Amino acid sequence: MKEGYAEDHVVATGIYAAVWLALLALLAATIAVAKLRLLAQYSVLGSLAIASAKAALVLAFFMHLKYEGRFLKSMLSLAIAALTLLIGLTFVDVWLR
Amino acid sequence: MSTETGYIDHKGKKMAMWFFLFTEILFFGGMFLLYSIYRYKYTVDFHSAAAEENIILGTINTCVLLTSSFTIALSISFIKQGKKDISSVLQLATILMGIAFLIIKYFEWTAKIDIGIYPNSTVLLTLAKGEILFFGLYYVMTGLHGLHVLVGVVVISFMLHFTRTETINRENYARLENTGLYWHFVDIVWIYLYPLFYLIT
Repeated sequence: MKEGYAEDHVVATGIYAAVWLALLALLAATIAVAKLRLLAQYSVLGSLAIASAKAALVLAFFMHLKYEGRFLKSMLSLAIAALTLLIGLTFVDVWLR
Repeated sequence: MSTETGYIDHKGKKMAMWFFLFTEILFFGGMFLLYSIYRYKYTVDFHSAAAEENIILGTINTCVLLTSSFTIALSISFIKQGKKDISSVLQLATILMGIAFLIIKYFEWTAKIDIGIYPNSTVLLTLAKGEILFFGLYYVMTGLHGLHVLVGVVVISFMLHFTRTETINRENYARLENTGLYWHFVDIVWIYLYPLFYLIT
C-alpha cells in the first residue's frame, strides 16, 4: 500500500539548476529594464511581466505544479483569478469615480 | 494517515497546504491592491520615495531568496532518494540564507530609521502624502514578508531536526514538501515586492 507516494517523481537536479540560473538571469533583466529605461513608459509593465515569469518558473518547477493534476492547477487559477478580479474591479471604481 | 496500513495520503496533505497558500495569496493580495491604488493616485511621490531604497541590498536579498528556494527544492529531491545527509545540508543552507535575508533587512530598516523614516516620525510626517503612504506600505509589506521568512526559518529548523531523527525519510516527506511550498510562496511574494519597492524610481 504505497500508492500515496509511488506516483510522486523526483525532479532532476539539472532541471532545478537550470531554473535557478533562469531566475538569476531574469533578475538581471529586470534591473537592466529598470535602470537603462529600456521600455520607457512601459517599464512598470515590463517589471511586472518579468516578475510574473519568475513566479511562473518557481510555481511550475520548484513548487512542482507542472507535474500536478488538473484539480490543483484549476484551484490555483481560481485563486489568482479572484485576486485579479478584486484588483481589476477596484481599479474600475477608482477610474470611474 | 493510518500507519497500520502503511498508507500515507501525500496528495491530501499537499492539497491542504495549497489551500492554506490560497488564503495567503489573498492576504498579501489585499496589500498589493492597496499599493497599486495608491501608486496610481500618487505616482510621482512613489517614484521619489523609492529613490530612498537601497537597490544593492534589495538585489542581494533577491539573490539570497531565489537561491534558498533552489536549495530547499533540491533537499526534497534528495530526501525522496533517501539521501538524508545531503538533504540536511541543503536544509541548513536554506535556513542560513533565510537568516541572512533577515539580517540584510535589519540593516535596511535601521538605515531608514536612522534618517528618521519610520511610521509616525516627525521627519516622515513632513513628506508628501504619497511618500508617507509609500513608506507605510514598505514597512507593512516587507515587515509581514519578513515575518513569513522568520516563520519559514523556524519551520525548516524543525524539518532539519526531523530529517536528522529520520521521522522525515524517503517514505514520509510530506512535511518537508509542504514546508518547501511555503518557502517558495514567500519567495514569490518577494519576487513582486522587489520591483515594486526598489525598481520604480
